Amino acid sequence: MTQAFRIENGGLINRDKKLSFKFNGKTYFGYEGDTLASALLANGVHLVGRSFKYHRPRGFFGAGVDEPYAVVQLYRNGETEPNIKATEQELFDGLEAKSVNCWPSVNFDIGAINNFLKIFLPAGFYYKTFMWPKSFWYRIYEPFIRKAAGLGVASTKHDKERYEHKYEYCDLLIAGSGPSGLAGAYAAAKNGAKVILAEDKPRFGGSLLTSDVNIGNQSGKDWAEGIIAELKTMPNVVVKNRSQIFGYYDHNMLVMSEKVSDHLPSTKKYHPNKRLWYIRAKEVLISSGSIERPIVFGNNDTPGVMLSSAAKEYLKVYGVLVGRKPLVFTNNDSGYETAIEFKKHGVDPVVLDSRKNPESEIIDEAKNLGINIKNSYVVVAAQGYKKVKSADIASISEDKKQLGKIENIQCDCICVSGFWTPTIHLASQSGNKTKFKEEIDAFVPGQSKQNEITLGAANGVFSLEETLKTSFTAGSELSKKITENDNKVAIPNVVEKKSSQHDKFWCVPLPKGKNYKRFLDFQNDVAVSDVEIALREGYRSIEHVKRYTTLGMATDQGKTSNLNGLQLVSEIENKVVPAVGHTTFRPPYTPVSIGAIVGREVGKHSKPTRKSPMHSWHEKNNAVFVDAGVWLRPRYYKRGNENLFEGSKREAKNVRTNVGVCDVTTLGKIDIKGPDAAELLNRVYTNAWLKLPVGKARYGVMLREDGIVMDDGTTTRISENHYHMTTTTAQAANVLSHLEYYLQLVWPELNVNVVSTTEQWAGAAIAGPKSRDLLQKLFPNSDVSNEGLPFMGYMEGDLFGVKARIFRISFSGELAYEVNVESDYGNFMWEKIMEIGEEFKIQPYGTEALSTLRIEMGHVAGSELDGRTIPFDNALEGLVSKKKDFIGKRSLQRSAFIAEDRQRIVGVVPLDKQTSIPEGSHLVKDDKAPLPNPKLGHISASCWSVEYDNPFSLAILKDGKNMIGQKLFAMSPLKNKVIPVEIVSSHYVDPKGERVRS
Amino acid sequence: MLYINCPHCGMRSQNEFSYGGDASVKRPELNKEVSDQEWDNFVYNRKSLRGKHLELWQHISGCRQWIKVERDTATHEIFRTFKADEEVA
Repeated sequence: MTQAFRIENGGLINRDKKLSFKFNGKTYFGYEGDTLASALLANGVHLVGRSFKYHRPRGFFGAGVDEPYAVVQLYRNGETEPNIKATEQELFDGLEAKSVNCWPSVNFDIGAINNFLKIFLPAGFYYKTFMWPKSFWYRIYEPFIRKAAGLGVASTKHDKERYEHKYEYCDLLIAGSGPSGLAGAYAAAKNGAKVILAEDKPRFGGSLLTSDVNIGNQSGKDWAEGIIAELKTMPNVVVKNRSQIFGYYDHNMLVMSEKVSDHLPSTKKYHPNKRLWYIRAKEVLISSGSIERPIVFGNNDTPGVMLSSAAKEYLKVYGVLVGRKPLVFTNNDSGYETAIEFKKHGVDPVVLDSRKNPESEIIDEAKNLGINIKNSYVVVAAQGYKKVKSADIASISEDKKQLGKIENIQCDCICVSGFWTPTIHLASQSGNKTKFKEEIDAFVPGQSKQNEITLGAANGVFSLEETLKTSFTAGSELSKKITENDNKVAIPNVVEKKSSQHDKFWCVPLPKGKNYKRFLDFQNDVAVSDVEIALREGYRSIEHVKRYTTLGMATDQGKTSNLNGLQLVSEIENKVVPAVGHTTFRPPYTPVSIGAIVGREVGKHSKPTRKSPMHSWHEKNNAVFVDAGVWLRPRYYKRGNENLFEGSKREAKNVRTNVGVCDVTTLGKIDIKGPDAAELLNRVYTNAWLKLPVGKARYGVMLREDGIVMDDGTTTRISENHYHMTTTTAQAANVLSHLEYYLQLVWPELNVNVVSTTEQWAGAAIAGPKSRDLLQKLFPNSDVSNEGLPFMGYMEGDLFGVKARIFRISFSGELAYEVNVESDYGNFMWEKIMEIGEEFKIQPYGTEALSTLRIEMGHVAGSELDGRTIPFDNALEGLVSKKKDFIGKRSLQRSAFIAEDRQRIVGVVPLDKQTSIPEGSHLVKDDKAPLPNPKLGHISASCWSVEYDNPFSLAILKDGKNMIGQKLFAMSPLKNKVIPVEIVSSHYVDPKGERVRS
Repeated sequence: MLYINCPHCGMRSQNEFSYGGDASVKRPELNKEVSDQEWDNFVYNRKSLRGKHLELWQHISGCRQWIKVERDTATHEIFRTFKADEEVA
């Protein structure tokens, strides 16, 4: 395949490196340095897709980020990615891409029938048509619309690519490496400021790559290259290409997406695909340039119609002719620059200028080259379906209302220039209120809101000389403020051609009797007529018009359509454009890969994984793990083919009959020290703490100020002014913060320090009737008898040379102890317990058995302390002091909390003693009652009681106190179960609590 | 992302902090008789101000100190920050 539209010399591509690629299954060749768009155009391919609504043929409209048409599905290294702009995708060897939004192919697209039905698809069509019958939406309308539309398919596979996040700080961040960005960066860098210069394209230089100017006796391009080369040698400067600053957030935080690997056939080992930079800049220079805007005319979406600046870029950067018979349609001098480039490469363009008698250096040059120029002429309509074949043109009256006789001229592309729109997105995102600049018919940034300044074309300044002057000065001034250096940089001489005033003309009127579609928004197929309908139907706010018509929506966010849309609305409404206002610019400026936003926080890295010091022992002993917050805890230790139910039952049973050991390292631990420690505990917990003796533990419940239980746990008095608090695994961080809040803000007079020691201690719970015998053997020198270490007692012991803390506390309801050693000795402790416990038939038990044991004892845990219950609900009112005040006490007087029929914890047993009750089931009086069946309570936790060998559950039940003995139904619509149950006491096993004291 | 001047540590990004609500709320003294209305105002009732607001933040991934931040709720502008025990004039 020859590259028929590639000129012989010129462009910035590397002609020594030929690359092969596939588009829609067909093989083509391009060069290193091409984009997919330039390579396709070099091969004469103009048809790349179908439009969103009418499935009209789509070609290339731009050459970069503003592209509304050429969105493709990309295949790279076994992966696929939708929503890739062909104008931004750099070519690599072996690249594959396909058209989107067409079926069965881009050449023959069935959806194009919409084009002929378009009278039925005006603005608001979906809202109006698919309203009824309501039930049709999910079954018929939505699936159909989804199939017919869409710009590509997301991969369903796991993404193998890696994405990184990076945090960076700098003095001056510069968005865009055109003339103003380069000048600002250079001046600031010379002053020693830490500078980051970001360019979204692969090549630095912006407009200097294509404009015919001279800076300091060099071409603009050479000057840019020189500056970049020097900046790259400076240690205080970071220069990044392929890096788009897409969002300007609070306090001068900007986010940039760096495409590290997209231009390569595959990502290099240890390299990310993309890197997201969070940059906190002291000052920001926005030099994002401007985007050419189209002129609206009939069939202006036909492939071959494109921005004149894009045609020039394809020629100057890529050495590609977008046509051999170009028609340039312009209202300003930019079109002439494109025409001149064509002419220089041996192609004869025709220029239609809507202006009557424009005069400028550029126009003179065009005339001298013998270019055919028609003044007061416009394109009325493009002709051709899949490619421009000719154009209907006509002269236009001075008031731009009357068209002359229509002539048809042959052409193969139409290059449009409707003047320039400053790229003000970043400035606007910073909170800058934009203002309308009459001379350029566009919005520019107003008063700086954050530490940002917008210069050059982005600020509506199109003179290179002025841009360089202001940017060098700004770079010096901004950096001087920070570094206090004042190194003067000489501003180079500039030679540029002066241009004349553009024509305030943006839309060609329809000729009599013709009904051409004149598109405003090319990606969403929004035509002039659609906006007219919206206004006729009463939409006034520009934000509403946007949403009703989809003008300026989708992946290009109206970069080429916004201003023309505003012009139209203001014309119909008889307002000036600034009175209509523009829609809000929101980040991101361009689409950003979800992968880049997520970064490394995927899979195992989506949250930290915390493991106890005994983790490797658990692994070696067939533990099946479960997530407990960020911790991994053994759920049960699998023996043979046991399942969870069998294994946990065995483990729980062994605790009730012999002895078991459970890893309780994950419990939150807070060390509390200071003369007022007891007073703090007395205020934080609901029960009394002032008289707890040294060497004793106490169970406590703490509330939030609204009376709801926040957490429970035991706290032990280690010495006079030293306490060891335990919290639940889940609430550890919140409880610490809670204590700090009261100590720092509410009661700063209390002399207490708190610090988390969760990681410092490894914990093992030893539970079961034989636990004391085992403990005695572990600590032969300590008296651990019922008298020496009574229930809720504490002592320190010597575990074969390792200092240990021994607490006689129980969660399982059995005679039980908790042993803590410093974390590094956790595994040693565990192995000793297992080794010595062998003669007592010890078995390790996991969280499932732990739950079973506590449920049948009626001990509450997270599923009851769920942020909705007060002490009474959990049968903990005995722990609520009547004598002293504490956090949340006043709330317990609320009428709902003291209601006669207040909810309360109960036990629930199925009548058949067989059917397990799903957690979350609702308790109801009558299972046949009409819906919504009044709910009396819910099942909070379920287990298989090992004591009685039948299912047992806990529930929070309305008027639970008076419900014991009642027969109710547990209903779980999720599990499709209705189970007749009996309400019993929540203390199912050992209701008097004799075992723990034995 | 906000940039908060921790009076103990200096300028730090918002992701090191956790928000703690209105700093002007005073907890009623312990053991003091409090009317239902006063208690409700302390526990529940908050003004949702537009504009300057004194609020609490905890430097949770830093020094763990609770601090007071004077911030504009509409523009996110931060005017001043204070230590927990510092008087706000």
